[in-house]
Amino acid sequence: MLVLGPLLIPLATAVLCALLSGRRKLNMVVSLAGSVLLLGSATALLVNVIQHGRHSVALGDWPLPYAIEFAADGLSAAMILVTALLGMATTLYQASWNDGTAPQAALPSLMHGLLASAMATYLAADLFNLYVWLELMFITTLGTLVVGGQQRQAEAAFKYFAINMLGTLLLLAAVALIYGVSGHLNFAAIREAAQRPEVAAGLTVYTGLLVLAFLVKAGVFPLFFWLPASYHTLPAPLLALVGGLLTKVAAYVLLRLLGEVFITTPGSLLDALGWLAMVTMVVGVLGAAYHWDLRRILAFHIVSQIGYLLFGIALASPAAAAASTYFALHNILVKSNLFFIAGIMCASAGHYDLRRIGGLYLRQPLLALLFLVSALSLVGVPPSSGFWGKFMLIREAFGQRHYIWGGIALAVGLLTLYSMSKIWLEGFWKPHPKPDELSAARRVPLSAYAAVVMLSGAILVLGLFPEPFIHLMLSSTADFWNRGGAS
Amino acid sequence: MSVVLMLSIALIVTAGVLLMLSRDSVRLIVGLAVLGSAANLVVFYAGRPGSLLPAVIVAGADRIAPGAANPLPQALVLTAIVISFALLCFSLVLGAYLSRQSGHEDVDRMRDAEPKATDPVKPPEIDD
Repeated sequence: MLVLGPLLIPLATAVLCALLSGRRKLNMVVSLAGSVLLLGSATALLVNVIQHGRHSVALGDWPLPYAIEFAADGLSAAMILVTALLGMATTLYQASWNDGTAPQAALPSLMHGLLASAMATYLAADLFNLYVWLELMFITTLGTLVVGGQQRQAEAAFKYFAINMLGTLLLLAAVALIYGVSGHLNFAAIREAAQRPEVAAGLTVYTGLLVLAFLVKAGVFPLFFWLPASYHTLPAPLLALVGGLLTKVAAYVLLRLLGEVFITTPGSLLDALGWLAMVTMVVGVLGAAYHWDLRRILAFHIVSQIGYLLFGIALASPAAAAASTYFALHNILVKSNLFFIAGIMCASAGHYDLRRIGGLYLRQPLLALLFLVSALSLVGVPPSSGFWGKFMLIREAFGQRHYIWGGIALAVGLLTLYSMSKIWLEGFWKPHPKPDELSAARRVPLSAYAAVVMLSGAILVLGLFPEPFIHLMLSSTADFWNRGGAS
Repeated sequence: MSVVLMLSIALIVTAGVLLMLSRDSVRLIVGLAVLGSAANLVVFYAGRPGSLLPAVIVAGADRIAPGAANPLPQALVLTAIVISFALLCFSLVLGAYLSRQSGHEDVDRMRDAEPKATDPVKPPEIDD
């Protein structure tokens, strides 16, 4: 029950919110209560996993490789807690958000549906179950894209749909073929079956197909074009939720599958992933350097940061897997927080385009401080959370003699600093080009600030006290890529 | 049986890819739906079809008869069909909405969410 809590709570909240969609006040209260409960159950799960180790629940009255298994270890419990925190922040921010468009009654239930599917994806220990939840995440994201009802949003949804549908179909075919070769869908059972040489040989090709599907979902070069084409049409609270979560969930699942299940994957595939990671990092950060729209800059940075996550997967060692997961935790928090801050910047200066705004440093000093915390963390300035993630990744790369990869990762950090200082100089320091627009801007409600302060606090904790988190990651990934024996 | 299945999967994938490469949004949607049925057939094929004996536990027995069809791929395909049906309905509505709003079905002209290209070097200022 403890394992299923973080899945059932947002699912129930989504259903309740859908039933109450006519009553706006009550809807909001239910949504907020659901988020608080979710945060509580995620914390309880993490504490329990730290104390007692891996938890698992097998559903559907069958013995274990045939039952549908949900399992929580240190990695998934930590991801669940961070996602619950993001859900809480989004609900708070959403409650007060007003960008002039009519509030959408369906939004809270879509948001909680998205959270539920992300939670289930972390917990799933069964390939087909994983597919179903990823599909649910795809559908709820489509819902959040079209719910605003503008034509630009519908077009963005169409582009998102077309490419991600292809990824979904690849995933389904790969899951089926892997089942055909190994005879199993359960992770542990597939891992065991993959030890047999005749199965391992057949699995290689299908694992490639599976990886390809996840590269589409994670937004890796050259399959990321749906991301900057669709994200920027979302309103700020949803942009933070979708932009913070979606691609990171796909990268996390890829890490788990390659590190824990398909450990016999040949090194050439991992090398290819490493180079793809490099190109993704560079292309993403260069795309961000080109743009002036806050949302597009941050959307391209999502692509760039996915490169780092993939980099950790390609290094294929327990330490790199731990670094990659730590980086994912940091990235979900920082990226969502930057989107939240961008929303407040737009609300208080009147625009998302950096050339049309300015003067926020004098006007909103607290916002400037909060932006600095997240921006420096994204760049990886010590002792921020981003620093520890990148430090562990690059140390592992140098340790494995991948000097070029490590060097590229360092250089991309510098270019990230360029984008962040662009936002800082143009948005905060430069005087506003039309000062009367700045003074006419509407006040930003307190609860939006509360969401940003909450996430900034989490980022600071992750950066200043990284040790327990790193320790938890390392102890959970000790068995990754371990070909010696069964887990 | 598996040869027929394999050939039909190949044929359906070809048709799906051909439709999907079209610039017409309706063809793109239909192409993805056709590819979806190919994926469903792959699920079915992976479960080693061949037996015509239904996977039913007869009264009094405690397991399915030996040599009966594999019930798992059937369950998987059923789930996949439900999901792809929902997505097909959604995408058709989305496509119809878009073509009604813009008066065309050309995906290359779907640039409402993109800023107008005015300057070849700098990204144009956004209006929204």
